[in-house]
Amino acid sequence: MMASRPKRGVSKRIQYIKFAHISPEEIRKMSAVKVITADTYDDDGFPIEMGLMDPHLGVIEPGLRCRTCGARVEDCPGHFGHIDLAMPVIHVGFIKDIKRLLQSTCRSCGRILLTEKQMEEEEELRFMLGSLGGDTTDFDHLMKRTAKDASVRTVCPHCDAEQLKITLDKPTTFREEGHKLTPKEVRERLERIPDEDLMPMGLNHKVSRPEWMILTALPVPPVTVRPSITLESGERSEDDLTHKLVDVLRINQRLRENRDAGAPQLIVEDLWELLQYHITTYFDNQTSGIPPARHRSGRPLKTLVQRLKGKEGRFRSNLSGKRVNFSARTVISPDPVLSINEVGIPIKASRELTIPIRVNQFNIDIVKELTSRGIAPVGPHGEYLPGVNYLIRVDGRRIKITDRNAELVSEGIEIGQTIERQLVDGDIVLFNRQPSLHRMSMMAHKVRVMPHKTFRFNLCVCPPYNADFDGDEMNVHVLQSPEAIAEGRILMLVQENILSPRFGGPVIGGIHDNITGAFKLTHNNPLLNKADTSMILSKANIYDWPEPTIVDGKEMWSGKDIFSIALPDGLNLIYKSSICQQCDDCKEMNCDIDAYVMVKDGQLLAGTIDEKSVGAFKGKILDKVSRDYGADAGRIFLETSSKMALAAIMITGFSTSIDDEDIPEEAKIQILEQLRQAIEKVGGYVEAYREGTLEAMPGRSLEETLEVEAMRILGKARDGAGQIAGRYLGLENSAVIMAKSGARGSMLNLSQMAGCIGQQAVRGERISRGYHHRTLPHFHKYDLGADAKGFVTSSYKVGLAPTEYFFHSMGGREGLVDTAVRTSRSGYMQRRLINALEDLKVVNDSTVRNTANTIIQFKFGEDGIDPSRSVQGEAVDIDDTLLKVFGDKRFKNIAKELKAAGGE
Amino acid sequence: MARKDTVNALIRRGVSAKVSEALANANFKIGDLKKAPFELITQFISEEDAEELLKLIGAKKTHIDKEQLKAASKKKAPKKETKKKDKEIKPRMDFKMPDKVPKMTDFEKKISTMAIKLGTPLPLALVQKVAAKVKPLDEKEMKIFIEEIVAIYNRRLIDSNESAGIVSAQSIGEPGTQMTMRTFHYAGVAEINVTLGLPRLIEVVDARRTPSTPMMTVYLKDHVKHDLDKVKMVASNIERTQLIDVATVETDIENMQVIVKLDQKKLAEKNIKIDEIKSSLEKERKLKSDVLVEGKKMLVIKTEEASFRKLQQIFEIVRDCKIKGIEGINRAVIRMSDDGYIIYTEGSNLAKMPEIEEVDPSRTTTNSITEIYTVLGVEAGRNAVIKEAGATLDEQGLTVDKRHIMLVADIMTNDGDVKAIGRHGISGRKSSVLARAAFEITSAHLLKAGLIGEVDALDGVAENIIVGQPVTVGTGAVNLVYSPKKRRNK
Ligand SMILES: [Mg+2]
Ligand SMILES: [Zn+2]
Ligand SMILES: [Zn+2]
Ligand SMILES: [Zn+2]
Repeated sequence: MMASRPKRGVSKRIQYIKFAHISPEEIRKMSAVKVITADTYDDDGFPIEMGLMDPHLGVIEPGLRCRTCGARVEDCPGHFGHIDLAMPVIHVGFIKDIKRLLQSTCRSCGRILLTEKQMEEEEELRFMLGSLGGDTTDFDHLMKRTAKDASVRTVCPHCDAEQLKITLDKPTTFREEGHKLTPKEVRERLERIPDEDLMPMGLNHKVSRPEWMILTALPVPPVTVRPSITLESGERSEDDLTHKLVDVLRINQRLRENRDAGAPQLIVEDLWELLQYHITTYFDNQTSGIPPARHRSGRPLKTLVQRLKGKEGRFRSNLSGKRVNFSARTVISPDPVLSINEVGIPIKASRELTIPIRVNQFNIDIVKELTSRGIAPVGPHGEYLPGVNYLIRVDGRRIKITDRNAELVSEGIEIGQTIERQLVDGDIVLFNRQPSLHRMSMMAHKVRVMPHKTFRFNLCVCPPYNADFDGDEMNVHVLQSPEAIAEGRILMLVQENILSPRFGGPVIGGIHDNITGAFKLTHNNPLLNKADTSMILSKANIYDWPEPTIVDGKEMWSGKDIFSIALPDGLNLIYKSSICQQCDDCKEMNCDIDAYVMVKDGQLLAGTIDEKSVGAFKGKILDKVSRDYGADAGRIFLETSSKMALAAIMITGFSTSIDDEDIPEEAKIQILEQLRQAIEKVGGYVEAYREGTLEAMPGRSLEETLEVEAMRILGKARDGAGQIAGRYLGLENSAVIMAKSGARGSMLNLSQMAGCIGQQAVRGERISRGYHHRTLPHFHKYDLGADAKGFVTSSYKVGLAPTEYFFHSMGGREGLVDTAVRTSRSGYMQRRLINALEDLKVVNDSTVRNTANTIIQFKFGEDGIDPSRSVQGEAVDIDDTLLKVFGDKRFKNIAKELKAAGGE
Repeated sequence: MARKDTVNALIRRGVSAKVSEALANANFKIGDLKKAPFELITQFISEEDAEELLKLIGAKKTHIDKEQLKAASKKKAPKKETKKKDKEIKPRMDFKMPDKVPKMTDFEKKISTMAIKLGTPLPLALVQKVAAKVKPLDEKEMKIFIEEIVAIYNRRLIDSNESAGIVSAQSIGEPGTQMTMRTFHYAGVAEINVTLGLPRLIEVVDARRTPSTPMMTVYLKDHVKHDLDKVKMVASNIERTQLIDVATVETDIENMQVIVKLDQKKLAEKNIKIDEIKSSLEKERKLKSDVLVEGKKMLVIKTEEASFRKLQQIFEIVRDCKIKGIEGINRAVIRMSDDGYIIYTEGSNLAKMPEIEEVDPSRTTTNSITEIYTVLGVEAGRNAVIKEAGATLDEQGLTVDKRHIMLVADIMTNDGDVKAIGRHGISGRKSSVLARAAFEITSAHLLKAGLIGEVDALDGVAENIIVGQPVTVGTGAVNLVYSPKKRRNK
């Protein structure tokens, strides 16, 4: 593999792959050796000739040469052998096809049981289906229908022979009116079917004759496909396929001997059936109706079908997904000072991961210098310097560089050779976190070689990867070819993916402290002194100071002015921030809580910067900057604003603790009173239900009505408790700041901590199961009151009563089960969606087509707009464009005229 | 099942097993055989057998003219077609296609032509949005503005070779992990349960024949929709009412009869008369006994033979007897809206809706995609997929661009019917053998491919990954070759 790396440049493509069946003659012709003995190795450990490990079948031991092609392990692909079967045997994979053929052809003349007219009609249909673009499934249906038409006929229309009913005894025995058909007889019948009659039954005689489905020779796969392994104890352990082939050979041998010796028919038949069993399980060891063949240890053998099938099979595990070199995996950790485009790679990994560099006349001196430094060079201050791990000569030979031979190798470097250089800052790598649910799960980053042992990246990139740092691991892949590196840099770089193709908004953006910090910096426009301002600006690498505000003769800087530095010139935006209370009558610029954001010409005039401005998924400024000003500007805004936010949060510090949920005694009393009333009210309903005075809601039973009412009252009580608690939790409270600004948590979380946890539900209903007619033994039977059915009055801070704790666990468990079920179900849906849609692409005439060149859409999404370039799905934001083209004043006039004309 | 029943029924009448099998295989049912012409039967069994058969099942020998014989020999089952014709419904001529896409106004046309002159025809939706905002502009301003719009529009077009399919699939699949799994009450109509969230989304892309919670929204015609009494009437006509809903049914073992005691109040509510009940009981085919009316609120059904099993059977038939309403609709709920009353139904039967006079069929809709497809066609089916998938995602608060959902709907309906995403639908019909094998049921696809000599042209993504070549979408679709010019020697 290593020696014969293909040359770069011209790449050949496989034009097509044609599938066909193989005839016994071909099996024998391609065979390198006829296998006759069931033994593998002799006592000295040498492979036995004409045995299953015959050296003609390929080599698996390094150093040896193949007896067939003369090549060594690396170059010999392995060669097939064959076993001549004493008696023909049915191939299980085709059992249904054989059955169909037998049932729909004449038992005496072999013709298909259709009249000439039916044949003509069939051909017409088939032709029509082809011209209408029928796929394999459509042809399959037609073929099955034809076969059914043929098999109902009881008299052959060609030779008038009466047809008998053929049944299949699963898995491989055919019977004709109860009389058993041997594979030999079946084969004879199939041989009689003329070529012209095969097409209607779904066979193409050019690639497959029906009698080939009854095996007379069995191909023996090369040893490279079924290598034997030597255990530590020196014992040889054979592959499952070899085991199975040994069985086949043994029985085949015995069958031949018995047959030739003229043994009783019964014995021959038994052995024949045994041979059939072994060959059946050799193909598919999960054939229904027969016990799977087992290893000595009792483990079922993995035979041919099992090797291909399923998630761990060849197709999904080795062909659709492949193992790669030049990759690394380790734990991730955050680093807010890195650029969002960067990823920190541990030195240890950097020394192993390499990029090939072709030596040319311009870089030969540098390459020589790099190589001469050895494999772990360090600079004068002990800093990391890249070394070279391998030199690849023109003939493909690789030379491992060591500290000893570095100087020597370096002198011998010539133009045209390649070196493999260790990572340096700025190299492009792909960074990935599983599950890779969308394309932003794998983005290109620029390398920063760093000490310690984790991968590090900017926190703004957490949302697209859905990463946190509670032990998550991620992978890097080092791009090798210049084309790949260019594609990575241009298409996959983090900044190019700020806007999501899913909804045309940002997926990369501030989280947690980035938002809290921005809030602290801008809310109610605090004034900062020179020291604090200078700290913020220096953290964000800004050297042009904004104009100061003079307060009491002192130079002060307002938070909004400082934040405005991050905004690009000419930016205009108006929106309401996350903390907005959705007042009926918005006071706009004079908002009481500074929630009305106005940015004019890159200056933040009013409003608080929070999740709606810089947050991932919601950040409006981020959205507009990266769409209108380009990815670079988007990145710069995000980095500057998040660094300023982090600096701002460091001025005062920010933390939350249990006393953030403290509420005054009077509030507690109020809450308790409200809960008591609600519980009483529920009790009243229960009473009414018992006495039969409860009026059922239309279309509902009495029980349902009671439940609905109880849920409603108790839900309202919880909200009420939350509201009371909320009245005492103002924006000076850290937890509230986080919840309202969208940094973390919600007001519901807070009210559950301070006020009341509320009704616990299982399947959307009050808890009703557990003990006989009651939920827990603490209650009376048939108790339908609030507390007996899972209402938790306590708050998380106060702590739960034992019964409440049980109810809470019941509700909590449902959440866990839900998550577990959901991940697997949505994973499968995603796989199916991807599989169904993966081949669709937009071609040059802007239609969307599949691989059959069928037009799926004339224009993608009916208007041809790329969702990641759209404004939340809109092709063009018209208001915005008006503002941009005509300026503020004219825009306002246009709006006024429209209003006057009765428009919007 | 049906086949087996036929075989058994024939054997019971003394027909030989072989002949019965042959007839059942040919898709005959006993009823068909009685009517079937002799020539048709002898296509499958010998003449003697056929003669005997007719005797045994007590049918006359009929012959047909050549035309019919020809039709019968065609593969499509001829019996079913004739059956359908009997029940043919007259097409309703008052059916007016609603104008869902308003015609372009002159002003809009002007904008559209301006854009076309600039070399870029703009989509209608965009033209309309622009038109609504630029009325106050003068000619010159308008020109500048449209130029800008066209420039922006062109900038935002999707690139050639973009792997639109994968992006769309990811955009719909990725939010799946954030969805809930529970069933909820339909917004505004607490009585009706609907499946929402992930299970619903899976149901939509699976193109399930019936949704787990079918539901209809029935709109009414203008002259009905504000009249609550009439609406109630319509609702009770739609709602499937069984006898048990309006009466108590008892078995009287002593006299071997079933007694139905009607609830007058409920009858009045549903506007059902006792005669109607009697006639619908008489229509019940399995019920061969006589129905006697006793007084104003009692019906008695006597057994023909005195066996408890028979009595129990009659009891069940009577209890479940449908006396009113439409099959499949279990409940109808009336709700007020801005536009008069609307009826929501649990259960769905869109095909029957246009038959009801008061219903506005142009707006009435169901959440069953297959029903919409069968009643209104593929285009409607496609729109239903978009609507249902979009609504499911929206309801969960997940924003997914409509274009992605459109692509999924378009590939599901590309062949003219609604196909599922998955092994039995799109994935099982891919043109590439390797791609199919890599998805599911690996060995079957490979073996089958050999049988007919399939050719895999390696055009798609999966198959190229399998053979280790660059894929054919995105940057893999283009080749850049640098051929340096040879320097001319001067
Ligand atoms: Mg984690
Ligand atoms: Zn070899
Ligand atoms: Zn024949
Ligand atoms: Zn406000």
